[in-house]
Amino acid sequence: MDLRFRVEKRPPAPMWLKVTAPVISVVAALAICSALILQAGVNPLYGYYHLFVGALGSTLGLSETFVRFSPLLFTGVAVALAFTAKFWNIGAEGQLYAGGLAATFFGVSFIGAPSALIIPLMFVSGFLGGALWAVIPALLKTKLKVDEVVTTLMGNWIMWYFTSYLLTGPWKNPVTVWPESAAIAPTAEFPILVPGTRIHLGIPVALFCAFIYFLIHARSSWGYELKAIGANPKASNLMGINVTRGLVTVAILSGGIAGLAGVSELGGIHHHMKTDLSFGFGYTGIVIAMLGGLHPIGVTAAAFFMSVISTGSQVMYRVTGVPYPISEIIQGMTLACLLLGVFFTEYRIRRKKE
Amino acid sequence: MSEPVITLAFAVSVLAMTFRMAVPLIFGTVGEAFAERSGVLNLGIEGMMLVGASVGYLVSYHVGDNWAGVAAAALAGAAMGLLMAFLTVSLGAQQHVAGIGTTIVGSGLSFYIFRLGVPLVSGIPPTVTSFPELNIPLLTDIPILGPIFFHHQALVYVALAVVVISAFIFYRTRFGLIIRAVGENPRAADTAGIDVFRVRYVCLILAGALTAVGGSWLSIAQSRFFLPNMTYGRGWICIALVVFGYWSPLRILGGALLFGGIDALQLSLQAVGVEIPYQLFLMLPYVVTILALIAVSRRAKAPAALLKPYRREE
Repeated sequence: MDLRFRVEKRPPAPMWLKVTAPVISVVAALAICSALILQAGVNPLYGYYHLFVGALGSTLGLSETFVRFSPLLFTGVAVALAFTAKFWNIGAEGQLYAGGLAATFFGVSFIGAPSALIIPLMFVSGFLGGALWAVIPALLKTKLKVDEVVTTLMGNWIMWYFTSYLLTGPWKNPVTVWPESAAIAPTAEFPILVPGTRIHLGIPVALFCAFIYFLIHARSSWGYELKAIGANPKASNLMGINVTRGLVTVAILSGGIAGLAGVSELGGIHHHMKTDLSFGFGYTGIVIAMLGGLHPIGVTAAAFFMSVISTGSQVMYRVTGVPYPISEIIQGMTLACLLLGVFFTEYRIRRKKE
Repeated sequence: MSEPVITLAFAVSVLAMTFRMAVPLIFGTVGEAFAERSGVLNLGIEGMMLVGASVGYLVSYHVGDNWAGVAAAALAGAAMGLLMAFLTVSLGAQQHVAGIGTTIVGSGLSFYIFRLGVPLVSGIPPTVTSFPELNIPLLTDIPILGPIFFHHQALVYVALAVVVISAFIFYRTRFGLIIRAVGENPRAADTAGIDVFRVRYVCLILAGALTAVGGSWLSIAQSRFFLPNMTYGRGWICIALVVFGYWSPLRILGGALLFGGIDALQLSLQAVGVEIPYQLFLMLPYVVTILALIAVSRRAKAPAALLKPYRREE
C-alpha cells in the first residue's frame, strides 16, 4: 500500500480538547442521522426540534427524561467504574436482570413489611445479585485467565434466559398470562418524589452512585489504584498494588450498581419482574461510559443526554412519524464518532516527507 | 396412555430441522472465524446479522427475487464490516467497544429501514415467498436419509460449501497463512511485508457479508418476514461457537449442528405440546462456551493478537 501519510502520537491533549471531543461527536452523529430523517420525508431540523422540545420542553417530557435517566446513569457508572480498571464488563445487562431478580424475591415475598425495611432490603439484595453475577467472570479472569469480554457477554444471555424461565415457570404471575412475576408488595413500590409524574426514588439513588464514583475517582487512593491497574497491571503489581483484589472489588461494585438499575426499574416503574425490564440499558451504559470519558461528571452528562435522545425520539415519532429506532442509531453513531474523535485527541496524521 | 412423542418421524423432522436452524450459525460463525483469526473480535456481529435480515427481506420483497435479497444482504453486511474495520483497524479503537457500537447501529438501522421500507397491514409485515426445497434425483427419495440430508433449500448447501471453502482457505492457501500470521503476531507479519491493515479489512468485510447472509436466511427463508431483533442473540451464539469450535471451520460446523439441533429439539418438543423449560435449552450454548473458554485458556488456542489494536509506530 502506498503510504503517503503517517500517524503519529501527539503530545497529551489539552483539557479543552478532551471536553469538546464528545460534544463534537454528538453533533457529528446528529448530522449523519439527519440523512436518515430526511429519508423518512421529514426536515431534520423540524425532527430534532421536536426531539429536544419533547424531551426537555414540558413537565411531562422532562419528568420522563429523568425516569429514563435513572437506569442509564446506573449502568453508565457501572461500566465506567469497571472500564477504569480495564475490566471490560460488557455484562451490565445481565447484572441488571440479576439485581432485579434478587430484589423481586424480597419484594414479592415480604408482603406486609414496612417500606423502611423492604425497600432497603431490595436495594441491598439487588446490589448483591448484580455483584455476584459480575464476580464470576472476574474470578475466571484473575484465577484462570479467561478473558472477561466474552464471559460477561454470555452471562447476559444466561441471566436473561434464567429470568425468562423463572417468569414463565416457578415465579410466574398467577393472575396474568404475561411472562412476569407477581406484583411486589405495595410497600415495596418506590415513593413518587414529584406528584403527578413518575419521578421515583431510583433517580436520587442513581445520582448518589454517581457521587460515590466521583469520590472514588477524584478523592481516593483506591481510585488511583484502579487507574494504575487499568494503565499497567504488571507495573501495578510491582508497585505493591494487589491487582487481583482490585479487579474483583471493582467487579463487585460495577455489577452491584448495574444490579441497582434493575431494582430501580422494578420498584420505581414496573412493580413486576419482567423479561423486558431493560431496553438494552446495559449496552447503552457502554456508550455512556465512553462518551463521558470515564469521568463521573462526564458520565452523568452523557447519561442525561442519552435519556433525552431516548425520550425525545418517542415524541419525534409521534409528531413527525420518524421511526423511533432512530434513537438507537444516534446512540451507536455517537459512539463511532467519539472513537474517531478520541483518535484525533491522541494522534495526528502527517503527510510523509519524501 | 397417550401416544409416544418420540417417533421415527419426529426424530427425522428434528434432524432435518437441525440443518435449517444451523444455517445462520454456520454463516455467522465462519465469518467470525475470519475476523478473529485476523485478530479482531467482531462484537458487531449481532448488528450485522440484523441488517442482513432486514435488507435481505426488503430487497426480496420489493424486487421479488430471493437471491437479489441475499446478495443485497451480503453487500449491506460488507458495509457494516467496513465500519467495524474502520473503527478497530484504522482508528485502533477497543474492539469490544467498537463492536457494541456497530451492533447498536445495526440493530437500530435494521428496524428503521424496515419501518420505512414496507407498509404494515394491521401491524404485520407482508411475507415473501421462501426458497423452494431442492429435490435431488434419487437422493431425496432415500427413506430417512433423504428428508434429513437431501431435501433442503439451496442456501443450506451453500452454507456447507462455505465451511469447506473456508477450511481450505485457512489451511491450504497462502492467504490463510497470512490471516493466521496477522492474528498471531501482527508485528512480525508487518516486518515480513504483509499489510496487516489490509488483511484485517478484508477479513472484517468478509465477516460482515457472511454474517448478513446468515441473517437474510432468517427473514427470507425461515420466517418469510422481518421482525425487530429477530436474530434473538444468534450473533452472540456465533461468538460462542467460534470459541467452542476452536476457530476451525470443520469443528465450527459440528458445533453449529449441535446448537442448531438443541434449538430444533426444543422447538419440536414445544410444537407437539411437551412442556419443557425451553429456556434452559437455549441457555446451554452460552454455558458451554464459558466452559470451553476455561478449557481454551489452559491451551492458549485463541489467536494471540485478539483484542489488541495494532499500531505501527508503537
